[in-house]
Amino acid sequence: MSLDKDQVQHIATLARLELSEKEYAESVDKLSRIVDFVDQLSQADTSGVVPMAHPLDAAQRLRPDTVTETDERDRFQQNAAAVSHGLYLVPKVIE
Amino acid sequence: MDLYDKTLTELAAGLRDGDFTSVELTSALLERIKARDAQLNAFITVTDELALAAAERADAAREAGEGGPLNGLPIIHKDIFCTRDVKTSCGSKMLDNFISPYDATVVARLSDAGAVVLGKTNMDEFAMGSSNETSFYGPVKNPWNLDCTPGGSSGGSAAAVAARFGPAATGTDTGGSIRQPAALTGTVGIKPTYGRVSRYGMIAFASSLDQAGVITRTAEDAALLLGVMSGFDARDSTSIEEPVPDYVAELGDSIKGLRVGIVRQHFDAGLDAECGSKVKAAIAVLESLGATTVEVDLPNIDLSVPTYYVVAPAECSSNLSRFDGVRFGYRAEDAVDLLDHYCRSRGEGFGDEVKRRIMTGTYVLSAGYYDAYYLKAQQVRQLIADDFKKAFADVDVIAGPTTPTPAFRLGDKVDDPITMYLNDIYTIGANLAGLPGISVPCGFVDDLPIGLHLVGSHFAESTLLRCAHQYQQHTDWHTRCPEEFR
Repeated sequence: MSLDKDQVQHIATLARLELSEKEYAESVDKLSRIVDFVDQLSQADTSGVVPMAHPLDAAQRLRPDTVTETDERDRFQQNAAAVSHGLYLVPKVIE
Repeated sequence: MDLYDKTLTELAAGLRDGDFTSVELTSALLERIKARDAQLNAFITVTDELALAAAERADAAREAGEGGPLNGLPIIHKDIFCTRDVKTSCGSKMLDNFISPYDATVVARLSDAGAVVLGKTNMDEFAMGSSNETSFYGPVKNPWNLDCTPGGSSGGSAAAVAARFGPAATGTDTGGSIRQPAALTGTVGIKPTYGRVSRYGMIAFASSLDQAGVITRTAEDAALLLGVMSGFDARDSTSIEEPVPDYVAELGDSIKGLRVGIVRQHFDAGLDAECGSKVKAAIAVLESLGATTVEVDLPNIDLSVPTYYVVAPAECSSNLSRFDGVRFGYRAEDAVDLLDHYCRSRGEGFGDEVKRRIMTGTYVLSAGYYDAYYLKAQQVRQLIADDFKKAFADVDVIAGPTTPTPAFRLGDKVDDPITMYLNDIYTIGANLAGLPGISVPCGFVDDLPIGLHLVGSHFAESTLLRCAHQYQQHTDWHTRCPEEFR
């Protein structure tokens, strides 16, 4: 196994994913297989190759900094589980 | 001929000549979907009321001598495209309760042209899968054999078109998700050049690879839709400002003198022998129409799948960080604090394959591994793109199989991620290099359809569509309908 349970636990925390015990066991096995599989990239000679930034070598466009969108907060908040006075509610952050 | 058996182009003529109205057509297809989709599970949502209202508007527009190029014609959308006031789930529990407040550009452009949306199709969760088995809504079945997968991730779209639930459906393709299901269901699927079609409102999986396209039964229909969908959109930062040709007008031109490249690695031991001989026979048809074949070399193509499984999960882990259970999407109950809220909302809202890819991506981007995996993969990606560029100096298209085998049985590959990933071995290269690709039905193996895959240089959609159309003028694979759905 190229990954152990501690590593998978660390990755899951970074990714903000809660996993069950069963999921941990399965993830160690399957993620290890994926990592072993992508390890074959190390064989490729890439000395001097500039990593690809865009498949068409295009650059990001700029636009004038002007207001283009209207306020639709109430519509958008209809998809939220908990809102109050136009604010999104989350569990208490500060005691 | 029944209405459901007609192509988009034939339906357009029928509407124009007054043979039937859009309301009649829409009602007939909605009835067919309602009566038959229990067998396939191709739809997540059927938008019958919206469809009939749109059909009425289209009929009124036609009476008044108005209406766009797709006025009154049916379209089905993959459930990855945000559709205003309609549930847009992306095949996930995470978005099971999400009603989109806006239209994706693809949806808006097709609707503005008069298209009538019949519903939203089932798909692998967040487009991550090659068999439709990762969907929260259960797998889609292949209309040619109900024990088999239709492929994925646009499996619902492909199955719906193959079963004649509608003449055309949208799809998205990150590593083969339009072309692979098209091949496995006997339909045409085109993935355009990266940046050709706007990604605005198309729920992101891997932003540097994702591209929208269509699944139809003929290249002619694909040309008609692609002309409407394509073009610059200021709302997509990677949209390309390049004029859109008249794809339909160029279909009739001969392919005499077309240089077809054959890649040796695409016909090696990984390919089912019968699939190989059918694909070679299809290439012989192109030769009989005046094309010439040349062997081309893509020395790094064998590394395309591992490259993809670094780049795509990395981008997915970043894109899917937006699902936090706060502003929209699934929210876990009774979280004790914010971290618990994030971890449980995401742990409960995402399925196994999505979690696996988020974790793979998190790993390859994490401190100490970034250079060895992500940077390395982007370098190999550049090598693969350079190989294609060199090849296209000598050829106009590259032809080969779309998939290594015909459709496999549901359940056969779910336990081994690597075997599943290798389904896309022939299609992933085009995504890595941003190239357009099309799959065209080219025969049957064990009574299951397979596809001929054509890849072109950037913005060569016209060449691909013309080549596919000319092939379809001389073959009849695309006219076959699954027994069960006649």
